[in-house]
Amino acid sequence: MPGADKETDLSERIESFLSELKRCGRGAGSLRDSAETARETTALLRRITAQARWGNAGELMEIIRKEGRRMTAAQPSETTVGNMVRRVLKIIREEYARSRGSSEETDQQESLHKLLTSGGSSEDNFRQHFAHLKANVIEAINELLTELEGTTDNISMQALEHIHSNEVIMTIGRSRTVEAFLKDAARKRKFHVIVAECAPFCQGHEMATSLCKEDIETTVIPDAAIFAVMSRVNKVIIGTQTVLANGGLRAVNGTHTLALAAKHHSTPLIVCAPMFKLSPQFPNEEDTFHKFVSPHEVLPFTEGEILSKVNAHCPVFDYVPPELITLFISNIGGNAPSYIYRLMSELYHPEDHELYTGK
Amino acid sequence: MADSDGRQVDSINHSTEEDVKLQEVVQAKCEGKELTKEEKQRLRKEKKQHKKNKKDDRGPPEKEKEKEKASVLAPSKPATQSPAHKAAPVPVNASASESPVAAEKPAKSKAEQRAERRARQDTERASKQGKKEGGQQSASSKPKATPNELQPVKRLPEHIQVDDPAALKKLAKKLERQQVPLRSDYGYKVSLFSHLHQYSRKNPPTQQISIPATVIHPSIVRLGLQYSQGIIAGSNARSVALLHAFKQVIQDYSTPPNEELSRDLVNKLSPYISFLSQCRPLSASMGNAIKHIKKEISNIPSQCKEEEAKRRLQECIDSYINEKIILASEAISKYAIEKISDGDVILVYGCSSLVNHILCEAFEKQRKFRVIVVDSRPRLEGREALRRLVKKGIRCTYVLISALSYILPEVSKVFLGAHALLANGYVMSRVGTSQIALVAKAYNVPVLVCCETYKFCERVQTDSFVSNELDDPDDLIVTRNGKTHLENWQTVKSLGLLNLVYDVTPPDFVDLVITDLGMIPCTSVPVVLRVKNVDQ
Repeated sequence: MPGADKETDLSERIESFLSELKRCGRGAGSLRDSAETARETTALLRRITAQARWGNAGELMEIIRKEGRRMTAAQPSETTVGNMVRRVLKIIREEYARSRGSSEETDQQESLHKLLTSGGSSEDNFRQHFAHLKANVIEAINELLTELEGTTDNISMQALEHIHSNEVIMTIGRSRTVEAFLKDAARKRKFHVIVAECAPFCQGHEMATSLCKEDIETTVIPDAAIFAVMSRVNKVIIGTQTVLANGGLRAVNGTHTLALAAKHHSTPLIVCAPMFKLSPQFPNEEDTFHKFVSPHEVLPFTEGEILSKVNAHCPVFDYVPPELITLFISNIGGNAPSYIYRLMSELYHPEDHELYTGK
Repeated sequence: MADSDGRQVDSINHSTEEDVKLQEVVQAKCEGKELTKEEKQRLRKEKKQHKKNKKDDRGPPEKEKEKEKASVLAPSKPATQSPAHKAAPVPVNASASESPVAAEKPAKSKAEQRAERRARQDTERASKQGKKEGGQQSASSKPKATPNELQPVKRLPEHIQVDDPAALKKLAKKLERQQVPLRSDYGYKVSLFSHLHQYSRKNPPTQQISIPATVIHPSIVRLGLQYSQGIIAGSNARSVALLHAFKQVIQDYSTPPNEELSRDLVNKLSPYISFLSQCRPLSASMGNAIKHIKKEISNIPSQCKEEEAKRRLQECIDSYINEKIILASEAISKYAIEKISDGDVILVYGCSSLVNHILCEAFEKQRKFRVIVVDSRPRLEGREALRRLVKKGIRCTYVLISALSYILPEVSKVFLGAHALLANGYVMSRVGTSQIALVAKAYNVPVLVCCETYKFCERVQTDSFVSNELDDPDDLIVTRNGKTHLENWQTVKSLGLLNLVYDVTPPDFVDLVITDLGMIPCTSVPVVLRVKNVDQ
């Protein structure tokens, strides 16, 4: 039966995606390209929409929520997966509301008012069947995919507004967004880049060699020299793994030190992050936050005799509070960290913030 | 004036034999033998002679006149300044030493200045001896006044003037004269640091020295190699190794005829010090130790027998090490242990011998604490500290400096070591220390710096750029997962690697400095320096 084939094919794809997510997390800190993950997730969700069996919007949302929960459980630190799931859920809600004919605007604003008045009215809303809902949703997801593909270019287009000539720019580790940003600016302006290598994975080395190919004057410094060199730096431009709901960051370890040093010298800290990295999570205690990898990166097994008596830690991420950040540059423009909550409300529906509370 | 006439005759005789001697000298130099002082002076004279012949012709009578003038000046000065002291040996010494030097110097003023300086030094020394013997207030105050009012503006140290070609030429000439090999810089230097040297560990400075080295004492050669390869690292270790090497040098030293131990030994030490600073720029503690030794050597009275003098110097070096390093660390431990309470979580950075000593002592005194060792690439010195602490039985945690924000919420105190304490209160230490102090301040964790007083220095500095040390840039290269990204960094035109060794921490990040004189705030460093100077 074609239907069964489709289903098995679909579940196969989902399984392979999940196993890939799990696998990349175990790798020695080679953080997967977030844009790729976002694209793959969205493509998978589109496939689910197209191939799964659902009658109305509510069922579709339930299916997507279930798959989303499995995907985020496979790799909790890869937040783009959850973000894309929430975006698709929002798309579904929007398309449903459009098909029903009600305007979307009033539902979004004045959530406090909505809390007092409507309450249960959204409960049975998604049970209606619309013939064109599937096509509309798939079209909207396609738009989302095109948007995803253009994010890096959108961000790099803004480079010349922020970098003037003869500047010294500092960055840490490797971010493809920042790389594209700097390369775009280098076409017209001459500046100097200092890259902190970000031990123990030393991704800064890759970044430096890649920047050199475009003839950008690059210097590689060890992490310990960040504060020493900061007095000569004009701007700090970094990428991040996730942007949190309060405007804070979850970025590679060492970023918090960099941000504090920049604050001390009153150097602006600019974060280049596409919108799909914005996550509705708030930072809670640092402990529930962190992802660790094997400590042999830090203290190798060759130090055998002391290994058993020593605790070694190798955290992957750092939390940077929003007070230390000057500007976010994303594909929709530049924003202050205090505005992030507003952007978030435009991207995600408040009920989708927790994927676990599905009906 | 019979004396000076005799001297004049002497020098004229010297000039006639000059050509013969010059050939000998050149021969000796080619063979690599050490030139005696006279031979070196001959060489210098010959060079100056050539230069002078090109410019203008001065007759011998002028030279004689200037010699007379110089020798007249010399005896008169000691006569006025030290009436009650041994005036006899002093002017003899002055004129004996300055007549071969003053002869045939094209610039009059130079010879005069030299003579004046020599005379001044002699009177100072004589007056100090007088102080020990009888203590005459009037005479002693004068020598004290003279160094102050005649102190020239401090010259910039050579090692931060690499971008000045004139300074480089001067250094090259000086090293050639001392027969010390000049070490060449390596690799592309980041433009911000073009005024500093950058050496490679793969080109040791001993490549150009012939084996066996006759000019530089072998223990000094060994020491220089150990410095340049990083085998001996750390402020205290380097100073102690230096002092031990000097003990060996003094042991093997024998005064050449017609020379005084006090002056000749100091001159012998100069090429050694140049060599060591070519291997690795001297640290502040080493500089202070050298100053102390030179002072002690020049204070040896001239009638002291050689064996006696050598024994005295050895004792003096031993007592310096004992007082300033060993006993100082005991004193600092006593103070620091008061600051460690049970249940503390102490953060240390890198490998500081003093901080390790404090922690081991505290552990022996049954304090309950655990230690977090923070380390950084490329030196990874923290592993050494980790080994020492674990051997003692202290509970340790180990992280890299990029994980600092993760680990700091657990920490109750930060103990840091220092390389030097500058006169404006800044702490100069291993690169990364300022970062730790910064983040600790952000988390409101107290930062305590432990430093002996012999590391205090009179320099001032506000950033980590003007005076620093650049280590071998190849250390930053690392191979991960079989890929070495920076392998061919030399071939890429726009890529630079920066491997700093030191950085300065502003005093507002440091809460307390523990020294052997007590616990002081960072800003009291110039007070301690003043107290030390007054004592000496």
